[in-house]
Amino acid sequence: MRHIISILIENESGALSRVSGLFSARAYNIESLTVAPTEDSSLSRMTIVSIGSDEVIEQITKQLNKLIDVVKVVDLSEAAHIERELMLVKVRATGKDREEMKRVADIFRGRIIDVTESTYVVELTGNTAKLDAFLDAIDRSLILETVRTGVCGIGRGDRILRV
Amino acid sequence: MQLTGAEIVIRCLQEEKVEHVFGYPGGSVLFIYDELFKQDQVSHILVRHEQAAVHAADAYSRSSNKIGVCLVTSGPGVTNAVTGIATAHMDSSPLVIITGQVPTAYIGQDAFQEADTVGITRPCVKHNFLVKDVKDLAVTLKRAFYLASTGRPGPVLVDIPKDITNQKCDFVYPKTVAMRSYNPVVKGHSGQIKKAVQLLLDAKRPMIYTGGGVILSDAADKLTALTRRLDYPITQTLMGLGGYPGTDRQFLGMLGMHGTYEANMAMQHCDVLLAIGARFDDRVIGNPAHFNQVPRKIIHIDIDPSSISKRVKVDVPVVGNVPDVLDEFLKQLDAAEARPDTKALAAWWKQIDEWRGKNCLKYKQGKDLIMPQFVIEKLYEVTGGDAIITSDVGQHQMWAAQYYRFDKPRRWISSGGLGTMGFGLPAAMGARFANPKATVACVTGEGSIQMNIQELSTCKQFRLPIKIVCLNNGYLGMVRQWQEMFHGNRYSESYVDALPDFVRLAEAYGHIGMRIDKPGDVEGALKDAFIKHKNDLVFLDFRTDPKANVFPMVAAGKGLSEMILAEDL
Repeated sequence: MRHIISILIENESGALSRVSGLFSARAYNIESLTVAPTEDSSLSRMTIVSIGSDEVIEQITKQLNKLIDVVKVVDLSEAAHIERELMLVKVRATGKDREEMKRVADIFRGRIIDVTESTYVVELTGNTAKLDAFLDAIDRSLILETVRTGVCGIGRGDRILRV
Repeated sequence: MQLTGAEIVIRCLQEEKVEHVFGYPGGSVLFIYDELFKQDQVSHILVRHEQAAVHAADAYSRSSNKIGVCLVTSGPGVTNAVTGIATAHMDSSPLVIITGQVPTAYIGQDAFQEADTVGITRPCVKHNFLVKDVKDLAVTLKRAFYLASTGRPGPVLVDIPKDITNQKCDFVYPKTVAMRSYNPVVKGHSGQIKKAVQLLLDAKRPMIYTGGGVILSDAADKLTALTRRLDYPITQTLMGLGGYPGTDRQFLGMLGMHGTYEANMAMQHCDVLLAIGARFDDRVIGNPAHFNQVPRKIIHIDIDPSSISKRVKVDVPVVGNVPDVLDEFLKQLDAAEARPDTKALAAWWKQIDEWRGKNCLKYKQGKDLIMPQFVIEKLYEVTGGDAIITSDVGQHQMWAAQYYRFDKPRRWISSGGLGTMGFGLPAAMGARFANPKATVACVTGEGSIQMNIQELSTCKQFRLPIKIVCLNNGYLGMVRQWQEMFHGNRYSESYVDALPDFVRLAEAYGHIGMRIDKPGDVEGALKDAFIKHKNDLVFLDFRTDPKANVFPMVAAGKGLSEMILAEDL
């Protein structure tokens, strides 16, 4: 099962390597990991997407809680939540492809944020499936570069992760 | 008043009432060593290798429940210490390791004796710090002592660049520590304990299984009270020995790969298992799938939530400090109306006594070759069962655990989790510093002892009257045993050729050496060593049967009840 684990962690040097080191040392899987400081600059919020059985995810949560720098851990996928990922795709946009690319980007509510004679950079936000669908919808041979942030997530409604 | 970083380090150690620091000087820690020189409250024990400093501090802690402290220099000082740190981490020993680092401006420049200490040690410490500002030094050290000793204990490392030790700032030692990210649980959940007590009282075939957590939390008295009160059988892991009197009727001996027949069978066939401060590791329950074939309810008390349901699914988890939880258990037992099912319990004990009747630890001592088990039994007799025994790793370790019956906690000091050869001798030094009047013996083999033999020099310098009981069979015995059983008798690299003359080696270091070849001389030699040469270090080189193997044995990956017994061969 795919799980989205959200972590509040002390914003100190080395905190990220404690988390990533834990995953590699215990052979846990990381699909994606994002991290940035929160509104309180002493805290960072990290979102990790991992795939594992319930037992493995339970261990991951416990092991993360055991790290001294970790303040809070929550498995977002246990309840209603929103997840988003940002993708920038640089595509070849010449001739008839130029118009088609613009159209597909519009359908996916993407924005073209860089234009040259021969390329576009498309900015797209959404859940992982939507970004994958966009890549499937365009001609693969036109993709020059993709960069994705990985998933960040937040609980819906009253579900709040804070100190 | 302004103090230098080095002065602050020493003041912090004094504030923490640290008596001994085990260490080895070097470039990055020279300012700290200079301050050590100027005072006499904290004594420094100069070892001969940094690994030994950590093992000694570790055993100092294990044999006393004080925090062990080490001080080593940057680069190779740290990398040499890593085996010791990993050993302490696996066995949850509370240590504070202070390491020198190259000056701040040199970090990352591949400077002389530079190593990424925080990076190298990250996976084998409870936590580590790099001090970047002298103003953070005191609070960091305070946190290190707090983290090491609270919750599930463990080693905490503080890396201090050399320039920090020479910069000045005001010194205030914080009285308390508050960390929003670290709040270990102490008391267990009383609702969970209620469920656990009910389950325990309903048991037909109950079993108590305890580990190092009981020793670390000083819960032996409460465990003994609970076990006696219930009249349930109890077994212990290698790390748990001494948590309940080893000579008592209710004690079934150690369990696991080399556990007794009765302990392993009772563990496998019980219907309610109370696990306390233990972690169901592979050397203890063997194959978890096989273990799970028998349905049983498991209650697990542990301070570390991540130890619960890690290898075996637990029915009633209780997270908390073992003595606090056991207190609540005893209270709730008083309040409970139910009583243990005496009829079922009698039948269970009858079954256990039948298993016990196998006498799985029997061996035959002939006239010619010394049996290693016999040496441990005589060691037990000569020391009145009251010595602190440290061990290295291998066959001798298992024999010591099987045949020396530990009635009290903190008497058995052994590297359980990491299985570190070379642990025994420095551990004996640390134990002796913590217990200056105690009889301390290191049970070892000719392989292990050579992994830190340079410490004979430290022992001479500090006049440590340790007795080294070397079971010398000329082989890396446990390796040979596995090769004999699983690798067609191909003794690949397990024969130790060109052994030194240990008697003359001991003498070269200024100690007493004895070689014992005949069974009839074992007891006399031990008496000479422990009584006549009470105040000297004696190296007893026992030439033992090279073919002796450790039984019972659960082969790796096998089930706990699939034991190989000596009688089967």
